[in-house]
Amino acid sequence: MPDLSINFAGIKSPNPFWLASAPPTNSGYQIMKAFDAGWGGAVWKTMGVPVVNVSSRYGGVNYRDKRLVGFNNIELISDRPLADNLREIEEVKKRFPNHAVIASLMVQSRQEWHDIVRQSQDAGADGFELNFGCPHGMCERGMGSAVGQEPKILQMIVEWVMEVATKPVIVKLTPNISDITEPALAARRGGADAISLINTIQSIVGVDIDHFAPYPVVDGKGSNGGYCGPAVKPIALNMVKNCAQHPDIQLPISGIGGIETWRDAVEHILLGASSVQVCTAAMHYGFGIIREMTSGLEQYMVDKGFHTIYDFVGKALPNVLPWEQLNMKYKVTANIHAEKCIGCQLCYTACEDGAHQAIKLNADTRVPEIIEENCVGCNLCSLVCPVEECITMDRTDSGTEHLTWKERVEAGTAPTEFNDERAGGRHHWVPEPSAALGKERHKTLPGKARIYAGETEAPAEA
Amino acid sequence: MAEFSTPTTEQEFAENFAQLKPLMNRTEALFESSRCLFCFDAPCIKACPSGIDIPQFIRQINSGNDTGAARTIYEANYFGNACGKVCPTEVLCEGACVYNLQEVKPIEIGRLQSYATTKVIASGKKLFGPGAANGKSVAVIGAGPAGISAACELRALGYEVDVFEAKAQPSGLTVYGVAPYKITNEETLAEMDYLQAQFGYHTHFNSPINSREELIELENKYDAIFLGIGLGKTNALGLPGEDKINCTGAVEFIAELRQQHHKIVVGRKVIVLGGGNTAMDAASESARLGAERVLLAYRRGKEEMGAYEFEYDLAKGVGVSGVFNVAPLEIVGDDYVAGVRFIRTETIDGRVSEIAGSEFVEPCDMVIKATGQAKQTQFLSLIPGLEVDGKGRIVANAHTGQTTNPKYFASGDAWNGGAEVVNAAAEAKLTARGIHAYLSK
Repeated sequence: MPDLSINFAGIKSPNPFWLASAPPTNSGYQIMKAFDAGWGGAVWKTMGVPVVNVSSRYGGVNYRDKRLVGFNNIELISDRPLADNLREIEEVKKRFPNHAVIASLMVQSRQEWHDIVRQSQDAGADGFELNFGCPHGMCERGMGSAVGQEPKILQMIVEWVMEVATKPVIVKLTPNISDITEPALAARRGGADAISLINTIQSIVGVDIDHFAPYPVVDGKGSNGGYCGPAVKPIALNMVKNCAQHPDIQLPISGIGGIETWRDAVEHILLGASSVQVCTAAMHYGFGIIREMTSGLEQYMVDKGFHTIYDFVGKALPNVLPWEQLNMKYKVTANIHAEKCIGCQLCYTACEDGAHQAIKLNADTRVPEIIEENCVGCNLCSLVCPVEECITMDRTDSGTEHLTWKERVEAGTAPTEFNDERAGGRHHWVPEPSAALGKERHKTLPGKARIYAGETEAPAEA
Repeated sequence: MAEFSTPTTEQEFAENFAQLKPLMNRTEALFESSRCLFCFDAPCIKACPSGIDIPQFIRQINSGNDTGAARTIYEANYFGNACGKVCPTEVLCEGACVYNLQEVKPIEIGRLQSYATTKVIASGKKLFGPGAANGKSVAVIGAGPAGISAACELRALGYEVDVFEAKAQPSGLTVYGVAPYKITNEETLAEMDYLQAQFGYHTHFNSPINSREELIELENKYDAIFLGIGLGKTNALGLPGEDKINCTGAVEFIAELRQQHHKIVVGRKVIVLGGGNTAMDAASESARLGAERVLLAYRRGKEEMGAYEFEYDLAKGVGVSGVFNVAPLEIVGDDYVAGVRFIRTETIDGRVSEIAGSEFVEPCDMVIKATGQAKQTQFLSLIPGLEVDGKGRIVANAHTGQTTNPKYFASGDAWNGGAEVVNAAAEAKLTARGIHAYLSK
């Protein structure tokens, strides 16, 4: 059996799955329940001066019948007295000494930071996570993302914390910034032991179109909130990668953002995370999802021959390059496997209207055909195809040539002028503009409307 | 043992005749509409005789625009709700759904269609109205799917429309002929009320037109006459004993069932003669009315039945048994039906021949003849110059519905020989346009 345990900057945990600092970690009750269910660690809901919250607090983005592909909140940090939280931390640690309990903190003055760090340490917390990420409510008070967006202030506060901390310190970063590596570097300079990212993204999750107010609606009004859930994973993955690849950061990364299944966790780990944090999925489905996550991760590790998490932390990083270093000689072409095709023609209309007009229809069959010379290998058809492996992107170059944009620039063969022939654009076939007019009206108009409009069933072939 | 006990109350009747396509709630409609792929040049549209833009209305339901969905449906087919419920969707839109090729359940298009239309009917939202009056008028004979559809379309084009109907209610076979588990009377009539409120045509019920004098009156008063007269009574078989008590035609049996519900009495052992969809309905209905045994007797082989496979499956599912290659020779009994004398048959090179000496009597106490409906040739002969073809169908222009008497236009069963509600609705829309073109000359 593979070993799922981790030692994250000195914080030990039986598996890499932690609950992120959020509503699921509001109380000792919830965290004990989560550990009972199999979670490896929990970052306590951010403690500080207790807040007062509003009602309602959450908003969701649904896609068709799928609920909460995106989620946002306008809830603040813990509204519970610090003493209650600390007492429960102690209780949890007593019952679960081998699980990770991390105290998330957010206060203002140096003195407050010193006090809360000391008290959390005394309560038995295994480490700290400094909440420099919250993008709503707290930032207006000079905390949360207001700190995360100011590397100098961030560094100063980390230094305050390090003055008294005897346990590992993680700095939680906000994605509401143009370059995530800047606050990460500041954390490093301040002496932090690790970073975690991403916190939520400033957002308006939707608008009530009947009452003209943003969700979640509070007495007819709303406010910007923090966005999370499956939809933010791509943003998180990119920022995790940016921090993991930066030569001067060199800190353990706790990956956060859109993690719902073992697969999401593996992706974060492959891009450099060595622990992962989960919130929305637990809020949506409860703590029980951990069973699928650990079993999936274990199976993946068995299948790949990995013994520990560290066998694949950052394993995809060497393959993430700047665009200019990608091989321009590599070429794939779409291939429709007719025996699997169900004739929905989504690939056709997607390529025709949204890409490069490289798919055509033939009489007497609904199976479209790839026009190989027009196919640029963009993947769009294979992405819209509803049938597994019906459209494959198959390599068509010889596999022997390698040329990057960077090399072309260095060799002086890159296009530089407006009408530069070296771009090769003139050789890409595009139809005449006017060929579009009326081309498919007979197919896009509903049935009998074709006849009523005085049109023939199909235009005469040119 | 009967699968169903004889219903004695309206509630028991409703249970025995539970809707095959029950109304969806919002959640189910959201889930089902989410599955639609939004095919390009979607096969479902092509498979629909009325050409409803199905992916469009499904997308509208999915995005919460149920009213727009209903508009899309009604723009193509005025019997939108009825068709959602009674259409043989298995062989039309749903049969064409690309999911079938993947062995995935096709989208429940019919139920989604009814979801949108029932919502707009219940709300009474106004989607359509009559066009600006053009000073001309059309008489519509028959308030079935063809007649009502023509009336709606003609009103939209600005005509005054009077609909004359022999029976007491509109919608024709939708309320008098379709199996009760496909659509209820209330649903059917609610859609009729909705359409009439939108378009404002005049209906005249219990007003049969069956004399030359009445036709002359219409010819003088109206600019054109639309024939949506459908078919007539069940064909007589010409067998001895056909006049015995409890030997009835399927059309008559179903019409009574639709109006009387559980008050209708069915035999303990019923023999249904025929192999078409109406035979399947009559057999299913007999079983659901509590008949102990229902035999479906067809003179050819099972594979040769005209009924859709799913209709036969439906009948089998309620305990009906099929007997094939048997031809009725006589209805036996004294005053009442006591059985049917059959002779076995075989089909050789497509021709049915009787096997000598194979006669037998199958006892029963009710016989339902589902052997086709007669054409209304006698009525049609009252219209000068109007031609019918060798099968008794009205001859009319395929694009305009104009008959060989230029003042008369036709659609529906009387023209096509007997098809679905959707065919009549689609044809009538086309024919209304034909009338408009003719009167606009």
